[in-house]
Amino acid sequence: MKLRFLIPLLAFIALVGLLFVGLSLDPREIPSPLVGKEAPEFDLPELRNGEVRFARDDMLGRPALLNVWASWCVTCRQEHPMLAELRRAGVPIYGLNYKDTRSDALRFLARFGDPYDAIGFDESGLVGIDYGVYATPETFLIDGTGRIRFKHIGMITPEVIETEILPLYRQLEAET
Amino acid sequence: MSPWHRLHMPLSAIAVALLLLLPVAAAAQTAPPSEPMSFDSELQEQRYQKLIRELRCTVCQNQNLIESNAPLANDLRRQIALMINDGADTDEVIDYMVARYGDFVLFRPPMKGITYLLWFGPVAMLLIGLAALGTILWRRRTQVGSDPLSTDEAERLRRILGDGGHDKK
Repeated sequence: MKLRFLIPLLAFIALVGLLFVGLSLDPREIPSPLVGKEAPEFDLPELRNGEVRFARDDMLGRPALLNVWASWCVTCRQEHPMLAELRRAGVPIYGLNYKDTRSDALRFLARFGDPYDAIGFDESGLVGIDYGVYATPETFLIDGTGRIRFKHIGMITPEVIETEILPLYRQLEAET
Repeated sequence: MSPWHRLHMPLSAIAVALLLLLPVAAAAQTAPPSEPMSFDSELQEQRYQKLIRELRCTVCQNQNLIESNAPLANDLRRQIALMINDGADTDEVIDYMVARYGDFVLFRPPMKGITYLLWFGPVAMLLIGLAALGTILWRRRTQVGSDPLSTDEAERLRRILGDGGHDKK
């Protein structure tokens, strides 16, 4: 009698617990298999100057951010001031302009500012596929040897900068 | 007598079971728009058709690549077609996708440590349910086992049924 009536209650509590945990998970955040691996190679025309190339190896030597963005991406617009913030903190920022047109992208930079050291113009999105990009903006923290150490999907917030990007960046900087 | 013994299958349970089947029916209906791809051989075409049904679109998460209209799904379909035309087999394409997007892109996740619960959980639940049902039925059988009638009871029964068990006029 006694214990048997507790079973449905316990099962119910367990179910509520599981559902509660489920609520706090974001199904849009897919863990990237690339974290901890070499950043994929690329060699793209530079967005602002089509004569120049921008390749993966240009980022090597010190830790840097690679930010995937596009002018059609509304969240990128909101995120943009955060990149300038990071740049002021001394972090090198590279861009991957993803499935965009050159004129739109340049207009975006003219209007919202240009914090990038160099920008690869990935018109076809093929480099994006190599980096497992599925929702702009996405930001990779790559160490001096070319290994991806961290990936953030979606907008960079002041909180992400304070608690994740800057601490890890300082640590990587000390390592090199 | 415990409340467990009064369990029977209410209509609402059947309704719930039918409702659970609805998404399956809905998924089967979607007729996907997809640009035609040309392949050198029938085998490659089949390989392609199979892959784009098994790989999941990361943008619109509960669709596979053939159902999705997202630009990324389009790019990935084109990329897969290119690889197949270059001679890639099914495993090579799957490895390519998993290396970039993780196990997430597979509608049939691989069997490994963290997916055991996913693979065996439903079967385990079914076994638990069957075990519970079995226990309940077995216990009930032992409880409703019949004691022989006392002489008084036998007499009463005979009176109720009428002698010889014929209906009274």
